[in-house]
Amino acid sequence: MAVTVLIPTTLRSFTNRRSELELSGNTIREVIQNLADEYPETKKAIFDEEGKPRAFINIFLGDTNIKKLNGYDTEVKDGDTVMLIPAIAGGSVESSVIEDGRAEKLTNDEIMRYSRHLLLQEVGVKGQKKLKAAKVLIVGLGGLGTPLAQYLAAAGVGTIGLVDFDEVESSNLQRQVIHGTRDVGRPKVASAKDAIRAINPLVKVEVYNILLNAENALDLIEEYDVVADATDNYKARYLINDACVLLGKPDVFGAMYQFEGQTSVYYAKEGPCYRCMYPAPPPAGLVPSCAEGGVLGVLPGIIGTIQANEVIKLIIGGSQPLIGRLLTLDAWKMRFRELKIDKDPECPICGKHATIKELEEFDYEEFCGLKKQEEEEAPVEAIEARVLKQRLDNGDPLTIVDVREPHERAIVKFPDAKVIPIGQLARRQNELNPDIDTIFICKEGKRSILAINTLREAGYKGPMYNLKDGINTWARDVDRSMPQY
Amino acid sequence: MIYITRELEQQIRREGEKYYPDECCGILFGELSEQDSGSQTVKRVKSLLPVVNSFSDGERYHRFLITPETMLQAELEARRRGQDIVGFYHSHPDHPAIPSEYDRAHALPVYSYVITAVAANVAVELNSFELSSDKHIFYPEEIHII
Repeated sequence: MAVTVLIPTTLRSFTNRRSELELSGNTIREVIQNLADEYPETKKAIFDEEGKPRAFINIFLGDTNIKKLNGYDTEVKDGDTVMLIPAIAGGSVESSVIEDGRAEKLTNDEIMRYSRHLLLQEVGVKGQKKLKAAKVLIVGLGGLGTPLAQYLAAAGVGTIGLVDFDEVESSNLQRQVIHGTRDVGRPKVASAKDAIRAINPLVKVEVYNILLNAENALDLIEEYDVVADATDNYKARYLINDACVLLGKPDVFGAMYQFEGQTSVYYAKEGPCYRCMYPAPPPAGLVPSCAEGGVLGVLPGIIGTIQANEVIKLIIGGSQPLIGRLLTLDAWKMRFRELKIDKDPECPICGKHATIKELEEFDYEEFCGLKKQEEEEAPVEAIEARVLKQRLDNGDPLTIVDVREPHERAIVKFPDAKVIPIGQLARRQNELNPDIDTIFICKEGKRSILAINTLREAGYKGPMYNLKDGINTWARDVDRSMPQY
Repeated sequence: MIYITRELEQQIRREGEKYYPDECCGILFGELSEQDSGSQTVKRVKSLLPVVNSFSDGERYHRFLITPETMLQAELEARRRGQDIVGFYHSHPDHPAIPSEYDRAHALPVYSYVITAVAANVAVELNSFELSSDKHIFYPEEIHII
């Protein structure tokens, strides 16, 4: 069958600028296949990497969309006309997440307090009323949650929900400036609530001293207009993203490590979601946490402040939010970069053929490699700090290997330990005596497991033990003169 | 680069005012010529086809949609006129004539995207943009009023 295929202008750069092509085939599929064979460039434009037709292209046979016929299997006759038709859309600004009807009146005290907002044409009384009506949930009251809670409270967000399961520790104070020295040992949500009250008593604060999970996430997030993800782990990030997609809420995201931070607004209604950007987390243990790798104290202050800025913009409306864009910061070089993120039409939660419909059906533990890690860790034998102390006192022959970084050993040294970085273990295994026990130590007992597995893979046969919970436990249980970090 | 007569440029502004506070939208017919020295194309607008904004009720103040069915009719009309679809126009009510992120995400290369800002019932600035072939950047396009 010979048919005429009409090519829209946007695709003509792939067909040598020809607007009409004569092609043969018995079905639409065969015609399109012949088009792709004759003009291979069109294939990329019409189909994605997996060979599925791109969302913006519609195929018409005569004046009927093939979706209403037999799709790609629709048969064609001699003399038929096939047209490739793009869908066209656009728009101006993002609307506010708060409907106009919900805006709440301002009192005279509020007008004075928020005067600098009211002077901005873009915010004005209308925007400030929306802030008053808005409910924002901050998940995580650590480094990122600190400026979020402070600035959102000061800006007059009517209701702020705080979710965190942890208590304030002294190692938090270097960056989590919402908590003070005397808050150590208190639940973070309680400490943050006090701080918000001090900044702005007009704000209603709801505290949730719980761990967010697949069972409670939807009920909790449903009550709020915007969610700020200020957590520090992949399981929570996927959980928050998925709950937000299912409920149609924006997820204002931030993350950081050492000197690098990133932030974006994942809002499936308007653009890509977190899964479009990161379909899967990295293998568990590959990316160290801030507790393992450290973080510059100011960095979460910068990233969390950008998140607060985006939350406020979503509430006010009419701005250009960070939707479909990922902003990254290298604070050491002081360089911001912006990456475009596209919506993945095949995204398992916000795509056209979404497979994740309920949070409870998705195994977040397994997806984030948390179960697998436990299984892999199981065969590694651990030794308690007190037991190690006893064996040393008994004069047992032992080799102790410290796999920490040089700058960590500058904080505290482990007595009589041999120093071998993980990267050199395999080739330096002959320095170990396989006839006696070797004990591996690191800060928290995680990298030492990696060290033991690395040596096993390299064929080392001697007995190996992991100092359970690392040198910090030794400092707590055995030698209290040593610092913990 | 896009060439358009004063009359057609004025017509786009009037459409923007007519549909305010909603967005108007329409199709630009004309001739598309070989690329000039840069990567962008040269278009000469010969006529317009105002079309219905098919976005759902209540969202048309900041969104526009031209359905595939409307586009099919427009393609056929363009051919009847011996012209091509060279781009689209729409209005930004109470917002500057610069493409939004939503515009970028839904745009296609080659076409001109003419945007007119309408501030409280009155069409003000009018600009045109062309999407890069990798679809990542909207480049401003020079408008020549003839």
